[in-house]
Amino acid sequence: MSVYQIVFLITAVVTLGAAVMVVSARSLVHSALWLILALFGVAVTFALLSAPFFTVVQVVIYIGAISILMIFAIMLTRRVMQDTGPGVNQGWWMALLLSFLLFGGLAWMLSTWEGFGTALPALPEGVDQVKALGVALVSPNAYVLPFEVASVLLLAALIGSIVVAWEKK
Amino acid sequence: MGDPINLIGDWLRNLMTGWGLPENLATFILTVMGVVVMASFLLILDIALVWLERKVVARFQDRIGPNRLGPFGIIQPFADIIKLLIKEDITPQGADRIIYNIAPLFALATVLMMWAVIPFAPTILGADVNVAVLYIVATGAVGTLGVIMAGWASNNKYALLGAFRTVAQMVSYEVPMVIALLIPVLLARSMGLQAIVDAQQPWFILVAPLAAAIFLVTSIAELGRAPFDINEAESEIVAGFHIEYTGMKFGLFYAGELLHALTVSALVSTLFLGGWRGPFVDQVPILGVFYLFVKAFLIYYVIMWIRYSFPRLRIDQMLGFSWKFLTPLALVLLILTAILDKAMEGATPLVYTLVMLGMNILLVWATVQVLRTYARVERRRVAERRPVATATEADFKELIGQE
Amino acid sequence: MQNDWLFIGIFLILAPVFPGLALLIPRLIAPKKPNPLKSQTYECGIETYGDTWVQFKAQYYIFALAFLIFDVEIVFLYPWAVAFDQLPLFAVMEGVIFILILVVGLLYAWRKGILEWV
Repeated sequence: MSVYQIVFLITAVVTLGAAVMVVSARSLVHSALWLILALFGVAVTFALLSAPFFTVVQVVIYIGAISILMIFAIMLTRRVMQDTGPGVNQGWWMALLLSFLLFGGLAWMLSTWEGFGTALPALPEGVDQVKALGVALVSPNAYVLPFEVASVLLLAALIGSIVVAWEKK
Repeated sequence: MGDPINLIGDWLRNLMTGWGLPENLATFILTVMGVVVMASFLLILDIALVWLERKVVARFQDRIGPNRLGPFGIIQPFADIIKLLIKEDITPQGADRIIYNIAPLFALATVLMMWAVIPFAPTILGADVNVAVLYIVATGAVGTLGVIMAGWASNNKYALLGAFRTVAQMVSYEVPMVIALLIPVLLARSMGLQAIVDAQQPWFILVAPLAAAIFLVTSIAELGRAPFDINEAESEIVAGFHIEYTGMKFGLFYAGELLHALTVSALVSTLFLGGWRGPFVDQVPILGVFYLFVKAFLIYYVIMWIRYSFPRLRIDQMLGFSWKFLTPLALVLLILTAILDKAMEGATPLVYTLVMLGMNILLVWATVQVLRTYARVERRRVAERRPVATATEADFKELIGQE
Repeated sequence: MQNDWLFIGIFLILAPVFPGLALLIPRLIAPKKPNPLKSQTYECGIETYGDTWVQFKAQYYIFALAFLIFDVEIVFLYPWAVAFDQLPLFAVMEGVIFILILVVGLLYAWRKGILEWV
C-alpha cells in the first residue's frame, strides 16, 4: 500500500466518522462542528486528487461561508442547549434500511462502471489547471452559458432569501 | 548563487541519501524539518512582536513602555511568558470543555498556516501552490471559526456576543477583501504568491493603490483590531470572545493576534510592495528575507498607527462601511482594472502603469465627490426640524388627556 | 507541486502541536486549585442570570446569507482572472457582465434596506 492510499484511507475514515457524528451528536453546535470536520475531510480528498483549486474553494465556501451560516442558524433557534429529547424517532430502522439500500445500490452501479478500471489520462506537462478552468468557464464552446446562468441563479437566490427572510415591519 | 537555507537543505539531503535512506523519506524528513524551523522562527518573532507592540503603543500614548528588564525592556516579553505559564488555568463552569480548549489552538495554528505559502526570498518558500491567494482566504476563514468556538464554548454572554460580532464583521469584510485580492491576481495572471512577486515590475502598489488600501482596511477588520475591534470592545463587552480565558490560553489568543497582524503586513508586502524584491536580491537571494521583513514591519507600523489613532466604529457604521462603501468601490475598481488591462494589451510598462495609476486617482476623486454629496445631504437631513420638536401644545394636551 | 502539498499537509499536522506544547507546560507547573466561586462565569461582578445561549436576531442571518452568495460569485471569478492572458475581449466582457449581475444583487439588497443595521 502506498503512502497515498494510507493517507486517503485515514481521510476517508475521519470524514465518514465525522459525518456519523453530525447526525448522532446531541448538541446542534457540536453537529455543526463535526460537519466542518467532515467538509474538511472532503477538502483533503480533493487535495489528494491533485485538485488544488477545489481544495481551497471547498474550505472557503463550505467551511468559511456555509458552516458559518449554519452555526448562525443554530444560534438563532431558541434553546439549543436544552434539547434533551431522544435523538431518533420510531422510524429509525426504516431510515437505516433505506440508506443501506441506497448505498448498496449506488455501490453496485458504480462497481459495474468500467471507468474504474481505466487509469485517467495524465494532464499534459506544464498545463495550469486553474488557467484551463478559467478559459473553459468563459469560452463559448465550453461553459460560458452555465457560468452566466450561475450568476443569475445566485442573484435569484439572493433576492429569494431577502424576500423570505426579511419581512418589512 | 544559492542561499544558506537551500545549501543546508541540499547538504542534509545528500547526507541522508548517503546513509542509504530512500529519496522519498529524505524529502519527508526535510519537509518536517522545514516546517519546524519555519514555525519556530515565527514564534520567536512573535515574542519580539509583544515587545514591539508594547513599546510602540507606549510611544503613541506618550509613555515609555517596558523599560525595566534588560536594555529597553527587551526581556519583558519573556517575563510575560513565564507569568502566563505559571498562572492557574480556569475553565468556567458550564463551559463546553473540549471546544473551549481547542479554540486557542485554532487561533495560533491558522495564523502559522498562512506563512506556508508566503515566499521569503526567490529561493526560500514553503509551498509554491498555484492557489495561494485563496489558500490565505481559506485559512483566515478557519481562524474565524476559532473565535466562534471560543465565544460559544465559554458559557458567557459577553463571549457569545463577541463571537457574534466577530462573525458579522468577518462576513461583511471578507467580500471586499476577496474582490480586492482578485486585482493582484488579475494583474499577475496567477494565484501563486511567488508568481505574483515575479510579476511585480513595477510594484503593484503603483498599478493598484486602491486595491492595496482596500485589502489593508479589510484585513485590519478581519484581524479585529481597532478601529474594527467591536468583537472585543473593552468598554462594551469587556473582552469579548476571550473573556473567560486565563493564563497561556489567553496568551495564545494574544500571540495569534499579534502574529496575524504581522502576517497581514507580510501579505500586503508580498501582494503589493514587491515582496522580497529589492536591490541585489538576484545575486544574494537571502537578502530577500530582509527586504520582505523590512516592508512587513513598515506595514505593521501603519497598522499600529491606525489602531492607536482611530476610535472604534459602531456596528452599524462598520457594516455600512463595508457593504455600502468598500464593496461597491472594489467592484467598480475590478471592472475598470479588467477592462483597462485588456484594452492596453501590448502597451509599454510605463504607459500601462501611468494609465492604471491615473484611473485609480480618478476613481478616488469620484468617490470623494460622491461622499461629499452624501455628507451634504446627510447634514441637511440632520439639521432640519424634526417632527417631535414641532408638535403643538394642543397635541401634548391631547396625549396627556388620553392617559 | 506534490512536495508543496506535502509541506502544507505536514504544516497542518504540526501547526497545532506548537500551541499545544505551550498549553502542556502550564498543566505541569501551574497551580490547580479550582473552587466553585472561582470558576463562576464573569458577568459584571454579579451572578449570571438566565441562559447564556439566548436567541439572536435574524439580521445576523441575512448578512451571512448575502455574504455566502457574494463569496460564491467572486470565487468563480478567480479562474477567470488567472486565465486573463488567454481571453479575448469578448470573454472579458462576459466576466464584467457576471460582475454587473452581482452589482444588481447588491443594489437590490441595498434598496430593500437589508444593509441597514436596525
